[in-house]
Amino acid sequence: MIADFGYGILVVSLLVSLYSVGAALTGVKVKSTALVESARRAMLLTWPLITVSALALIYLLVNNHYEISFVYEVTSRSMPTYLKITAWWGGQAGSLVFWSWLMAAFASLVTLRKWDRDREFLPWVIVVSSVTLAFFLMMSVVFENPFARLYQTFEGINAHTFAPADSVVFTPADGRGLNPLLRHPGMIIHPPMLYLGFVSYVIPYAFAMAALITGRTDDRWIRITRRWSLWAWLFLSFGLVLGGRWAYDVLGWGGYWGWDPVEIAAFMPWLTGTAFLHSVMIQEKRGQFKQWNMILVILTYALVIFGTFLTRSGVLSSVHAFASSPIGPFFMGFVALTLIASIALLIWRWPDLGSETEMKSMLSREALFLLNNLLFMSVLVVCFVGVIYPLVSELATGSKVTVGPPWYEFSTSPLFAMLMFLMAIAPLSSWGLSSQEKLSNINKPVLGGILAVPLVAYALWWNRITEMMGSWPGVVVSLAIVLIALGLMYLFRKLLWQAALVASAVAVYLSFTYTTNLIALIGFFLVTLVLMVTLREFWRATRARQHAQQENFALAFIRLVGRNRRRYGGYIIHVSMMLMAIGILGIELFQKETQGQVAAGEALDIAGYTVQFEDVASWNNPSEQVNYTRAVVSIYKGDQYLGQLYPRKDMYFSDQQMTTATQPMSIPGNLSSFKDDLYVLLVDWEPASASGATFKIYVNPLVNWLWIGSLLFFIGVIIAAWPDKDPEYAPARARGKAYQPSSAD
Amino acid sequence: MKRHLRIVLPVLALTLLVAGLAFNAALAQGSAPTDDDVNAIAKQLYCPVCENTPLDVCPTEACRQWRELIRQQLADGWTEDQIKQYFVENYGARVLGEPPRSGLNWVVYLLPPALILAGAFVLFRAMRTWMKPTVTEPAAGAAETPQSAAPSQDEYISKFEEELRKRK
Repeated sequence: MIADFGYGILVVSLLVSLYSVGAALTGVKVKSTALVESARRAMLLTWPLITVSALALIYLLVNNHYEISFVYEVTSRSMPTYLKITAWWGGQAGSLVFWSWLMAAFASLVTLRKWDRDREFLPWVIVVSSVTLAFFLMMSVVFENPFARLYQTFEGINAHTFAPADSVVFTPADGRGLNPLLRHPGMIIHPPMLYLGFVSYVIPYAFAMAALITGRTDDRWIRITRRWSLWAWLFLSFGLVLGGRWAYDVLGWGGYWGWDPVEIAAFMPWLTGTAFLHSVMIQEKRGQFKQWNMILVILTYALVIFGTFLTRSGVLSSVHAFASSPIGPFFMGFVALTLIASIALLIWRWPDLGSETEMKSMLSREALFLLNNLLFMSVLVVCFVGVIYPLVSELATGSKVTVGPPWYEFSTSPLFAMLMFLMAIAPLSSWGLSSQEKLSNINKPVLGGILAVPLVAYALWWNRITEMMGSWPGVVVSLAIVLIALGLMYLFRKLLWQAALVASAVAVYLSFTYTTNLIALIGFFLVTLVLMVTLREFWRATRARQHAQQENFALAFIRLVGRNRRRYGGYIIHVSMMLMAIGILGIELFQKETQGQVAAGEALDIAGYTVQFEDVASWNNPSEQVNYTRAVVSIYKGDQYLGQLYPRKDMYFSDQQMTTATQPMSIPGNLSSFKDDLYVLLVDWEPASASGATFKIYVNPLVNWLWIGSLLFFIGVIIAAWPDKDPEYAPARARGKAYQPSSAD
Repeated sequence: MKRHLRIVLPVLALTLLVAGLAFNAALAQGSAPTDDDVNAIAKQLYCPVCENTPLDVCPTEACRQWRELIRQQLADGWTEDQIKQYFVENYGARVLGEPPRSGLNWVVYLLPPALILAGAFVLFRAMRTWMKPTVTEPAAGAAETPQSAAPSQDEYISKFEEELRKRK
């Protein structure tokens, strides 16, 4: 009964969202404000409707209605209530309803804003968000009904929305239960965050389309959606980081990011979103890149839908799974249709989206932002090819290939290095014209001398350098990057030399004390360079303010950041990115691991740590259908006793007699410090007993800077995205002015 | 003599064979592969049945057996390349971390750099067109701000102070 009710409401919300599309379109056609208003109210109705339907689903989940296929798949009697509720987004059918629910919430929020000055946008924003909402609701109603029941027929037991002929409802005694890997707190918050990020990117897209359709191609749409895209970016980033932390805590492979297609599916919209975040600033300040911003927002939307498609259609496990499920073609059709429609609109308005100002210099901030965009797009190209190629190979040759971390790391690391370098330079160049002297004033012999240094170094030690870089292409690419970087550093030498000096000193110091790995040294050089430049920006501006306003340093700093939230929030994000880079360099380049079986009292040694096996115990918890095996190990560094760790192996069972094991989970024992993580796993592929157990131990240097950086990152985004009193009515920019700081800077 | 040879040679051969086997076995026992040896190779291989899971961390029973197979192969004196080759022959190229550089797979190595270079070229061309000098703008820009001169730190600060004064 409840199930029928929930499904019925879902169908009604689909009809309401379709009505909203129709009413808005007709309203525009017959110029009826009443119809558009009706469309808006219909839009506002969808969220309460989907909420009711979702409540019905939660009721079924919490009350063990295992005759409902979805409830059977994701819950079991042994699960606590809060997990039964969060199981809503733990499976395909439920997560699609969750998507729609968030989409409806965001669309409602945006339709509740004051529309006085933007009346003409309203119907089109409604159309775009309602079409997206209707698409996802359609998926739930037609293909992935979370309320479908299990029916027993002569063919067997299957899920159906409507009772087939000669069938009886089948009610299993217990459900299968949520995949134990997904019961971690990180995994409970991670999908909602990603979905929030995905869904909130629909709003900037809707406004962009409205701007194209109405022909109001100034940057009004960008001003309205500025905060939306920042919050979207925050949620998406938060989702990605939580996913990484979850992998680190639960998956038991000592890493946080595996270049898995599912991860990349969420990373791709983040890339275009990040590029968009940067390039809209140029449109706001200088009236340039209007066409490009449209392309970026269209791409982001397409990638959001495409990412959901990748993870939801089964296409990743096999292209044949894609063909056998109706969801895949439906998704692809939607992506293709929206892309074609958006691009057609863009081509139609292309001439209206020309630049309002000329670009002044190849070294201007606009030019550097364009370079930044090119680099983000390049990472996107790598990711896209990497995700798609296994499917292409399977279709074309019938054989599957893996495009794994080695390929991604090789392909993206030079691009990330260049992005870091840009982060060092960009804050130094002002809007409009580069603050450095003109290109024609370059002292060519000096520049030539600087550029000759790495070439001579390579000629002298080519053997050693090739060995350090691993391969020829690596050497060529790195050399090219070093040359470009040196050239740019020369051009910005007046502003960069102190920072470059400190960064060089750090790199030289590390080369004597920490590592001779060239990639690591380049990485640490770049990190220091960016940190120095960015912190100096803070320092100089704070001192200037302190001087001008007679404030103390702390107050001047707080007011400075508070009055230029976007600029200084952005710089805080840059600093946080560098902290994250330290963590990534540490774990990627210096991770150490060892594995071995030891008897009680014996120890394994790794990187100065001694891990001594003390004891192991195993017990059942029948109420949660899980068996725990917990080891006790003592940690020493030299002679110093550091404490105990308790790596665990949890084995979940699908029945209360605990005979059928479903999934083992390795929970690491982790000793964290700023210097490194000692990450001890009780290896699940060897039997553990009091006489001996097998441990896998990782030492992950510097990895905690990744998490510290993430925290600072959120602070930075929140500062940048914090609403102004009236965020949408920023003063119009003054054209042609090279320097124009404003509160929205 | 010939008859003697006919007997001696096979006996010699057999003796050598047995000695060789014994030596091999002794060698193998002398350096039993450690878990780290196994993991070093398993890390580079992907589970042939799971999606995108390296063999050294895959928790399934099948992968446990594959790791044991690697241990056995190492004990038998196989080299790293031979073991990888064995897995590729039996389970296909998907067990490798990146596609082998052959045939269609070149796409994955050549397409991204080609696209990136094309993007860089388009961008460069576009920047050149945007930078076409206009008659009035540079003059206006120069009149409004002292940007054309190389700024010093003081100038930065004075601009900043000016801005602050304006706002107060």
